[in-house]
Amino acid sequence: MPQPTKGARLGGSPAHQRLMLANLATSLFRHGKITTTEAKARRLRPYAERLVTFAKRGDLASRRRAIARMTDRDVTHDLFDEIAQRYTNREGGYTRIVKIGPRKGDNAPMAVIELVEELAEAPAPKRKKATRKAAKAEAVEALAGGDDETVPATTTEAAADDAKAEAEAEADESDTAEESGDKADDK
Amino acid sequence: MAVPKRRMSRSNTRSRRANWKAAPVTTSACPQCRSPKLPHAACGVCGTYKGRQILDV
Repeated sequence: MPQPTKGARLGGSPAHQRLMLANLATSLFRHGKITTTEAKARRLRPYAERLVTFAKRGDLASRRRAIARMTDRDVTHDLFDEIAQRYTNREGGYTRIVKIGPRKGDNAPMAVIELVEELAEAPAPKRKKATRKAAKAEAVEALAGGDDETVPATTTEAAADDAKAEAEAEADESDTAEESGDKADDK
Repeated sequence: MAVPKRRMSRSNTRSRRANWKAAPVTTSACPQCRSPKLPHAACGVCGTYKGRQILDV
């Protein structure tokens, strides 16, 4: 089953929608910040971030795909040469949408979409699955080897604690039972 | 097609319309300038949102 595109349908036809997104993206990369309706901004965000990803990749195929998705070649080249360099430290999230309230005239909710600023240092690298697995294996080894004596000891202690707790609980229960019995007797 | 059988009285019309009320817009105080603004939106007075200048004032 075809999956519909997320967000509002813009324009009248698919071609109109494509052209509109291309124009919006071109304006965004030309000015760095544009004011538009919230619906258009929400549609533009993934589109523009995709283009930045192409720009960061920087090869000829990516450049051609970006040119096909924008309406101005000069802006595409600016995107590849200048804007891509700004985001080498970022792993996505290149744009920001801020709502600015309804427009006078048709009360359409408006928003500002802008390219975010440069990140000074790279964020801490995310833990890869492999490293996590390795860490887990190490932990298992540490538990299995060397600590054979301590493991049963702790379990026995825990068992003893449990037994104590159970005994106390039983005692409490019997107390309460007696109390209730007393009350019943009083009545 | 279904059509009304009787003309609706002026009273009925007016009592129906008496429930068309405008609700006040929810606002929150701008942390920068304390003026009321729409929640989750940039302040229209000082143009900031979450400490960032969004609009030119």
